[in-house]
Amino acid sequence: MPKRTDIKHVLVIGSGPIVIGQACEFDYSGTQACRVLRAEGLRVTLVNSNPATIMTDPEYADATYVEPITPEFVELVIARERPDALLPTLGGQTALNTAVALHESGVLEKYGVELIGANIDAIRRGEDRQLFKDIVAKAGARIGFSDAAGGDLVPRSRVCHSMDEVRATVAELGLPVVIRPSFTMGGLGSGMAHTDDDLERIAGTGLAASPVHEVLIEESVLGWKEYELELMRDRNDNVVVVCSIENVDAMGVHTGDSVTVAPAMTLTDREYQQLRDLGIAVLREVGVDTGGCNIQFAVNPDNGRLVVIEMNPRVSRSSALASKATGFPIAKIAAKLAIGYTLDEIPNDITRETPAAFEPTLDYVVVKIPRFAFEKFPGADPELTTTMKSVGEAMALGRNFTEALGKAMRSVETKASGFWTQPDPVLTMPADASADAPADPMAAARAEVLRRLRTPHDGRLYTVEWALRLGVPAAEVSEASGFDPWFVDQIASLVDLRTEIEAAAVLDEPLLRRAKRAGLSDKQIAALRPELAGEDGVRALRHRLGLRPVYKTVDTCAAEFAAKTPYHYSSYDFETEVTGSDRPKVMILGSGPNRIGQGIEFDYSCVHAVLALREAGYETVMVNCNPETVSTDYDTADRLYFEPLTFEDVLEVFRAEDSSGKAAGGPGVVGVIVQLGGQTPLGLARRLAEAGVPIVGTSPESIHLAEERGAFGKLLDEAGLRSPAHGTATSFPEAKRIADEIGYPVLVRPSYVLGGRGMEIVYDEATLRDYIGRATAISPNHPVLVDRFLDDAIEIDVDALCDANGEVYLGGVMEHIEEAGIHSGDSSCALPPITLGAVHIEEVRRYTSAIARGIGVRGLLNVQYALKDDVLYVLEANPRASRTVPFVSKATAVPLAKAAARIMLGATIEELRAEGMLPPTGDGGKLPANAPVAVKEAVLPFKRFRTRAGKGVDSLLGPEMKSTGEVMGIDRTFGHAFAKSQAAAYGSLPTSGKIFVTVANRDKRGIVFPAKRLADLGFQILATDGTASVLRRYGVECEVLRKHFEGDDGTRDAVELIAHGEVSLVINTPQGSGARQDGYEIRSAAVAADIPCITTLPGAAAAVMGIEALIRGEMTVRPLQELHAALRGNEG
Amino acid sequence: MTRRRSAVLVLEDGTTFRGEAYGAIGETFGEAVFSTGMTGYQETLTDPSYHRQVVVMTAPHVGNTGVNTEDDESDKIWVAGYVVRDPSRSYSNWRAGGGLEERLAAEGVVGICDLDTRALTRHLRERGAMRVGISSVDDDVAGVLSRVRQSPEMAGADLVADVTTAKPYTVTASGEHRLTVAAIDLGIKRNTPRRMAARGITTHVLPATSTVEDVLATGADAVFLSNGPGDPATADPQVALTRSLLERQVPLFGICFGNQILGRALGLGTFKLKYGHRGINQPVLDRTTGKVEVTAHNHGFAVDAPLDAKVDTAFGAAEVSHVCLNDNVVEGLRLLDAPAFSVQYHPEAAAGPHDADYLFDRLLELVKRA
Repeated sequence: MPKRTDIKHVLVIGSGPIVIGQACEFDYSGTQACRVLRAEGLRVTLVNSNPATIMTDPEYADATYVEPITPEFVELVIARERPDALLPTLGGQTALNTAVALHESGVLEKYGVELIGANIDAIRRGEDRQLFKDIVAKAGARIGFSDAAGGDLVPRSRVCHSMDEVRATVAELGLPVVIRPSFTMGGLGSGMAHTDDDLERIAGTGLAASPVHEVLIEESVLGWKEYELELMRDRNDNVVVVCSIENVDAMGVHTGDSVTVAPAMTLTDREYQQLRDLGIAVLREVGVDTGGCNIQFAVNPDNGRLVVIEMNPRVSRSSALASKATGFPIAKIAAKLAIGYTLDEIPNDITRETPAAFEPTLDYVVVKIPRFAFEKFPGADPELTTTMKSVGEAMALGRNFTEALGKAMRSVETKASGFWTQPDPVLTMPADASADAPADPMAAARAEVLRRLRTPHDGRLYTVEWALRLGVPAAEVSEASGFDPWFVDQIASLVDLRTEIEAAAVLDEPLLRRAKRAGLSDKQIAALRPELAGEDGVRALRHRLGLRPVYKTVDTCAAEFAAKTPYHYSSYDFETEVTGSDRPKVMILGSGPNRIGQGIEFDYSCVHAVLALREAGYETVMVNCNPETVSTDYDTADRLYFEPLTFEDVLEVFRAEDSSGKAAGGPGVVGVIVQLGGQTPLGLARRLAEAGVPIVGTSPESIHLAEERGAFGKLLDEAGLRSPAHGTATSFPEAKRIADEIGYPVLVRPSYVLGGRGMEIVYDEATLRDYIGRATAISPNHPVLVDRFLDDAIEIDVDALCDANGEVYLGGVMEHIEEAGIHSGDSSCALPPITLGAVHIEEVRRYTSAIARGIGVRGLLNVQYALKDDVLYVLEANPRASRTVPFVSKATAVPLAKAAARIMLGATIEELRAEGMLPPTGDGGKLPANAPVAVKEAVLPFKRFRTRAGKGVDSLLGPEMKSTGEVMGIDRTFGHAFAKSQAAAYGSLPTSGKIFVTVANRDKRGIVFPAKRLADLGFQILATDGTASVLRRYGVECEVLRKHFEGDDGTRDAVELIAHGEVSLVINTPQGSGARQDGYEIRSAAVAADIPCITTLPGAAAAVMGIEALIRGEMTVRPLQELHAALRGNEG
Repeated sequence: MTRRRSAVLVLEDGTTFRGEAYGAIGETFGEAVFSTGMTGYQETLTDPSYHRQVVVMTAPHVGNTGVNTEDDESDKIWVAGYVVRDPSRSYSNWRAGGGLEERLAAEGVVGICDLDTRALTRHLRERGAMRVGISSVDDDVAGVLSRVRQSPEMAGADLVADVTTAKPYTVTASGEHRLTVAAIDLGIKRNTPRRMAARGITTHVLPATSTVEDVLATGADAVFLSNGPGDPATADPQVALTRSLLERQVPLFGICFGNQILGRALGLGTFKLKYGHRGINQPVLDRTTGKVEVTAHNHGFAVDAPLDAKVDTAFGAAEVSHVCLNDNVVEGLRLLDAPAFSVQYHPEAAAGPHDADYLFDRLLELVKRA
């Protein structure tokens, strides 16, 4: 069945900001889809509010709307563009929910837009728990399955709409039960209840989180084996299974938080085919039209009873993983299927000769490990449950399980990088255990480690290894952890190997080969053989023995057919498949797993470097280990190495590419780019350079200069640039002396950090003492920096380019909406700057140029400034791509990362202007007067986290970054743009209702005008006593609310009101260093109620402008292509 | 930990891989072929079609689920040798009754592990299937090589006698009886009569040397030609049997070797593929419905028939009904004027997907129409 001819114009909806449960995998899938549809000659319109995505680069669609993904805004896009069809399955739950809303409100019908790749009934059947249960039963019966599998094919369950129903159901099923709210993504609001208290708490939250106030209460399959299948169906009803995935963490841990393996390791063919048969039958019964779908199963390890847990009738995070794991591009194929092709008509990209109608087979093992960020949310409960909490993931491929596991463990970049690379945890026995504790301390240790294994936690693999090493029998480890005995035995094989390595008289070739073949890094081996003088010593020995990894190819077919795509992974095997090339090669090091502070923005810059350098004639070599990204699409770079970003792994890739290039008569690798992937590659720069790797761009020495406090201070002094008074301390007395000298408040932080890790504003000596006590644990080798904190300053962010001639191009000058003190990644900002005058911008230009030249930047530079009382201070300078590069690029229509990559390889700004990559004249500091205003807003994950007691975690912002993603609002005026940014981040700003205002004393004067304006716009103002009395004096009527912790005085409780959904906006500025308990309760309640909570005065002023714009109802949408044409047209 | 002894794998072109002994200690020879299935090693090992073949597993981990009493496809392991990268140290499955390596050793199956199986597979893909030897008793590569070159080739090999049943036996229909089939055992797998029984078919499994009279004496409504090892060009008795059945208009269904026999009975040629199809992910287009099925394959030979035209045969017109989408190899034949059809792959799966299970329904329909 060939392509449909009646579809000429397709609307694609993206997934919006990066949040937990919905990350850059949807940029990967959406980018693929847009590319495919355009290649098929269709007009593509795209809506996505996330500027850090590749898909929103203007060249991927005919009309790109960086607009909020809400039904209202998407309707505006539809009205303007009039597409024939809407493809909603590639933008996660966000896109699917928006499409359902547009269908239900009749918008799709009104404009004659056909849903493709999905139909509403199938979506409902897939996502409505009760309907789905019936579907599974029917599907099972149709293939004669219900008896064979020994009973129900789903866990016994009931849908409940109230707490009373919940309690009645549990009375029948018994505890524990699983609670799953309907229509939420990433398992939000779901959890496992072991006690009645758990039940009240989790089911209560779940009912609130579900847009239809519905939860499913389900029999517990905790501890069962968990599997996933990725399937694809075409409109001719052909179905293939792309990949099977087995979770190492058993049922009870969200699959996004589980260590997972592909293909499934512990199923016989008979059981695997049962999964396949049932999966296909369910897919057909649900009626997924065309495209990808993911089904999760649980299998009882004792008797093989099989139940279906859930399905996603769309491309998911697991599809991205499956695509990267197999080389089968699910999103790309899904897009082709949606426009009418069938699987047998689509060629397999990798073999080019065989069709996509087949099932990939693997001759390697893939392991994925999630990356968590609990350290960012003190107080959050780190137990892993059915609610996803991880912020990213790393994937690794190896020729066996332990090799893939070892590579994945070092890819996630936690403190430990594989077994034995950190000291074993200290055993602290529970105090009450002492009475009947076993006398034998080893027995006590074994009992304690078993206890720890029972609670799923980040790093449980390490606990398993530790338990085995302590002598806990494998069967007990398996029982306590829920890991299948096979996985436990694999880890036990490493423990045995460790014993052998430690005991061996010398580390000879056969033993070292076995160690490498089992996936151990040089660093791990060094830890076991101290006489080898560390990782470098092991490497030297290994090279002397001729032990190097070879590179195999991901080819979808286990070598049955020749692969045309150089998608490689390393293995300690014998034959390498790297082919020679005489073209000059450039290696680009990616950013590894997403984490807070290092996310999609860096991948964006890496992908841009690849695109620019490919075009400039280089052969590009991408190294990265994040399966969610566009950079790890085998279509992006000329060669892809799916490898950990460690010194050892990167050096070996370099050597393989460089030597094969030289052997082919070419120059080999002419440059390695470390500047674009964030701190991960930057941290490798020095050692790589010392090992002879040609790092291009800003030199490692220059990078060090910017990061070393003393040298950088000297540079500023010499150039006559101001910075806040500061000092460097290695002890508390030293820090105290500095703080006393420069005066409180001070900003303290460890050196060499990204994302403001460990950064705090300290108002007094006691807090400083406390901080130093904690800070030394963060980074013992680096001192603590103490800076004067500039209260009430305006923070300014600048991204700039600098070439070898010292010419500087200001990419963009961003003015933060919140005052200095909130991490730049968490604050909203505007470009062009809203309140800065030409004089300020010229000052920024002078400073930035002096810093860029002083450091010796070749490529990108990000500088943060504070403007206080008209004086500009340098806060910090980072000679690398920043998080704001994609935002600036989109707001100014200039591809900064592409330009940076070219500069790193020797191009000058003058040349790039002549080529047209940069504008012929002017720069981001001199935007035309009628340039649109772009506002960036951060998206925060507080909703995901709960304390052990089940309360929300504090949502107060500070110098440590906590956001997972960002959105952009772009429009004619600041108010419009800000309103869009809020709509994109929170759903919207209110246009009527009640606004609760409570501000710190210093903000009381400043709140008067915003509050008055809101009252004039028809809002009812609620305020706490102090705030209310000020507002009343200015003639603002308001109801007084009681603070949560105050006694009952007859007034209503603010927190309760928020929790009951009576408040539509909260303005709450915190009281400096004072008691924060009340603010904490208020903000947590706002987060839980999903309403915007504004914590700064400038934020409040911006919100008022946005609300006015919304009330006037004059919101319009414009594609980037138009905005950019206007920007570029107004140049000079 | 005791280490394994060293072992060597030598291909007839002299290419040598060193590894460690796996399974039985000894020396073995056969045709080197690779199988790309990620599950189902127990079914593969016990599939008689692998007789005289040394099977290279492309999936690195083998043995994870041990062996059980239910998944054997015949009475014994048939492979001539087994090549695995990472044998499992332990096994885990609720049905498992023992470890794979113990079973291999007990049945005297010589194997080799810890070698670059992907490099070996790529070599076979480029150079084609060839003879091979594995030895864990002789380190002398030249000696092993000369014995490899003296071992019999697969082309021209008549292996049916080795694998067929000595005596007829019957697998009774479960549930309502609908049909009786006589199956000529050329290396039949257990799951075939089982799949037929599930549809109400009683199967009389007959030795490969059965005559047309033997077959008709069972009173069968239809005849089934099974899969099996060897070169179809040597199966003249079965080809003759097939011709006499066709002459009598006895409904006929063949799979794998049976497809090749039907092809030869129709006067079509058969030939040896460069490296064959062995795996459980092969896409086959059913040209009668336009649908794609993912199927289990294990064949080194194929039928030579025109894809785009009907063939005139002694039994009327015939056509290619199924085609492999990877390489356009003929995967099924259908007679238009006589009640007979066949496929080159395995509708009984085991191991593999069940997509082609419908072919047993086609057999029922064929008999109904005939």
